[in-house]
Amino acid sequence: MTEQQNTGGTVKKFLYINRRAPHGSNYAQEGLEVALIGAAFEQDVAMAYIDDGVFQLKRDQDTSAIGSKNFSATFRALGDYDVRKVYVERESLESRGIGEEDLMPLVYEDEDDDWEEKPLVSVVSAAEMRDIIDQADVILNF
Amino acid sequence: MSIEVNGKTYETDEEGYLANLGDWSLEVAEAMAREDGCDLSENHWEVVNFLREYYDEYQIAPAVRVLTKAIGKRLGKDKGNSKYLYELFPYGPAKQACKYAGLPKPTGCV
Repeated sequence: MTEQQNTGGTVKKFLYINRRAPHGSNYAQEGLEVALIGAAFEQDVAMAYIDDGVFQLKRDQDTSAIGSKNFSATFRALGDYDVRKVYVERESLESRGIGEEDLMPLVYEDEDDDWEEKPLVSVVSAAEMRDIIDQADVILNF
Repeated sequence: MSIEVNGKTYETDEEGYLANLGDWSLEVAEAMAREDGCDLSENHWEVVNFLREYYDEYQIAPAVRVLTKAIGKRLGKDKGNSKYLYELFPYGPAKQACKYAGLPKPTGCV
């Protein structure tokens, strides 16, 4: 492992693994908020969406009928918090009949490229996801 | 805890943040600022209103670094820097301005 020095100390590679559907429990919202807090403390943050977790990134979510906060808008803040790595497992999407076009178009604005909007989400295979998990220093499951 | 404005009492948490987003009004913001000995100028309102819009769009109150960058983009570099924002909000721009905006404590602020 190579360690980078930053103002606050060592930067670790945090991977937040999200496996649950968004609105049946607090896990998804808490996972997202904890990841943003990690990012605010300038850690190297990556998000992984596997199994039912891929539902979290579906576009056009509407929670009005279940009376809970529609926190899916908060995913769009990931870019503002300088998170650049959002991985979605292809097999999980396919087995649930979700296409890439069904996902929220998450972007970040590249400050060094005249604020050009660039895509944040990478769809990866299960094998690639294993490598991503292997490379993390700290893994948090939600 | 609570704050009283024009004879009405609004519930807050132990740090003075409004318990219910819907209780917010200009008068509540001004009363909170008065308690801190802070007189809200147009420059303060610019940040407070920006935070309310941010919350409306993203459903979170941004951390100070995110706020600073976003203000810089919206209002220009002369305002999107820590010095300017800390002069307006000496208790911490995100924390203090979020309180006056009726928002919860910023995500990424402990």
